[in-house]
Amino acid sequence: MSADAVIIRLPARGPGPQVPASFVNPRTDPAWVRWGLTGFAVLVVGVLVGIPVVNIFYEALKEGVRVYWDNLVADPDTRHSIFLTATVVPLALVANIVFGIAAAWAIARFKFPGRTLLTALIDLPFSVSPVVAGLMFVLIFGLQGYLGPFLREDGYSVMPYATSLVGVFVLVVLYFVFRPANPAARRGVWRGPTWLVVPAASVVLFALSVVVQKRLGVWPQGESLKIIFATPGLVLATAFVTFPFVARELIPIMEAVGAEEELAAINLGANGWQMFWHITAPNIKWGLVYGIILCNARAIGEFGAVYVVSGHIAGQTDTMPLRIEKLFQEYNLPGCFAVASVLTLLAILTLVAKARLERKIPSAVHEATGEGGS
Amino acid sequence: MSIRIENVTKTFGKFTAVDKVNLDVPDGTLLALLGPSGSGKTTLLRIIAGLDVADSGSVIREGEDITRQSARDRKIGFVFQHYALFRHMTVEENIGYGLRVRKRPKALIKERVDELLKLIRLEALGKRYPAQLSGGQRQRVALARALAAEPKVLLLDEPFGALDAKVRQELRVWLRKLHQEIHVTSVFVTHDQEEAFEVADRVVVMNQGRVEQYGTPAEVFERPANPFVMDFLGNVNVFHGRVEQGKALVAGAALAVADQHPDAPSAAVYVRPHEVVIQHEQSGNASLPAKVLHVNPAGSRVKVELRATESEQLINAELTSERFAELGLKSGDEVFVSASRVRVFAGNYVI
Repeated sequence: MSADAVIIRLPARGPGPQVPASFVNPRTDPAWVRWGLTGFAVLVVGVLVGIPVVNIFYEALKEGVRVYWDNLVADPDTRHSIFLTATVVPLALVANIVFGIAAAWAIARFKFPGRTLLTALIDLPFSVSPVVAGLMFVLIFGLQGYLGPFLREDGYSVMPYATSLVGVFVLVVLYFVFRPANPAARRGVWRGPTWLVVPAASVVLFALSVVVQKRLGVWPQGESLKIIFATPGLVLATAFVTFPFVARELIPIMEAVGAEEELAAINLGANGWQMFWHITAPNIKWGLVYGIILCNARAIGEFGAVYVVSGHIAGQTDTMPLRIEKLFQEYNLPGCFAVASVLTLLAILTLVAKARLERKIPSAVHEATGEGGS
Repeated sequence: MSIRIENVTKTFGKFTAVDKVNLDVPDGTLLALLGPSGSGKTTLLRIIAGLDVADSGSVIREGEDITRQSARDRKIGFVFQHYALFRHMTVEENIGYGLRVRKRPKALIKERVDELLKLIRLEALGKRYPAQLSGGQRQRVALARALAAEPKVLLLDEPFGALDAKVRQELRVWLRKLHQEIHVTSVFVTHDQEEAFEVADRVVVMNQGRVEQYGTPAEVFERPANPFVMDFLGNVNVFHGRVEQGKALVAGAALAVADQHPDAPSAAVYVRPHEVVIQHEQSGNASLPAKVLHVNPAGSRVKVELRATESEQLINAELTSERFAELGLKSGDEVFVSASRVRVFAGNYVI
């Protein structure tokens, strides 16, 4: 600011013949324009953001900390909504971290048909309205949906198959991750032709797992498996809406870092597992944390999609944003503002964390391009 | 360990990067893959290391077919063009990584790292991060990292490409000395013919995915196999003429051809700048009149640009400073030009 001031005052003060009196530095505007624009911006931010945020805390704490605390924990429905949000959000986060890393890896490291389509599809949850996203799940899993009647009648009958399928898939992935790449070094389970061992073992394990689960009666029989108007639906909807954050954050970082360090690790004798934990993970660490923070903030505040799939049953499927809306409808303003203040506090913490991380990430990408200061 | 490449082909879509290449790298040699960019030399190097997979053909190390082995089992060290140092690890951790993933004892890793730090003369910088090193230092760390895993073969992709002229020169000499000390079979890629000739004891010239010539630096320089190699190994004067009875007839002058060559009605005649002879007097019909256009006396040799009077063709010549002083050339002088050595490639070659 002071530097600017010096620049504009110069021509007025120095009456040198070569500087005409009407000279205006082309890089600075007159004072009234600068102050006017700055003032307008401050005014807009103040009215739209500053005052309402401060007001939330004011309203919540108006009647003292004790009342505030009672508003938060005395009401069992409010308590449950906090508990539900604390359950749904981590589950959705874990799903999106696993998916985000896998998708970013596939897109940044490989060229395959459908790569562009996958990149576009990752962005879909951003462009589709959350309400539509919620409706989508209702139309599949809801009572009138495709799977509704079956899930209602004997929904748990799919669980042995579903869990076995996931289990076998994880085992197959682990098999390939830990298998010695050199055929000569393979012992025990890794001996024998892959095309025979893997499918045969998969079928046997799958069948065994299904039979054991059915025999032991792990899952209830003849009961309806509720997805819509229940926690699974909330997790699905939240995960869908926050789906792009991690992948979107990682793809440019992984592309900037490049594959060479990973190839160097392999060349030096690292296996895939070691390469990921020693080289890839440290390189994408801050981007991943950044993505998780954004994803977390969005997941906590998600309203639209969750509204549709939850059926907002108080004490059962109300998450914090839904609870706020309900308290507001019931004219319970102190309770409403108390819950809202918790969400706002989380948002502010997110902003602080985000601002701190932003300073780290560009430097990571910067070094990646080989411009690191020497 | 020797490396043999048999009939290796690699395509990227419609582009053939490596085209049925056969190559022998005898044990203990330092071989240079020389070629313009896009000639497939880096791809070939990556195929040897297992970082790329050939479409067909095989890679054989000391009689053992390693085509199907993964990169981590090949024990072939690779030094990347941009070093690919692990940016979040210190120099010591970088160098020790190959031993760490092979689960060697900590004490042994430390000992080997110290030994290599001494070898690359960076003992004091072991705790630094790659970003805190200069280009030449990073290059040496990358080399030490590759050597730490005790590779049987060492591959270097454009090892000096990203360095400034002085550091390049120092590292070339250093690499040559290092190879004499540790004697590991090495292959390096370069597009700089001077570098290839100075460092390597075998040179392979590649172009458009094929091997154009294979030999010692002297062989390749003295007897280029074809116009491409001739042209690639430094600037050259090309005349168009014909060959009759072992003489190349160019613009009225008859120049003696170095190698035996059958008569040809149309041939490309090559004369390197340092083989151009400039005289004040005409010597029979073996020289052609020319005019000096420009003289550049900077550098170890004096560069002279001339124009043939008859054909108006530009001729580049290089003289020793003694010869230049003797002639006392200045621009505008009328002189006679002949050649101490002439190479002819007849037939369907087109440059």
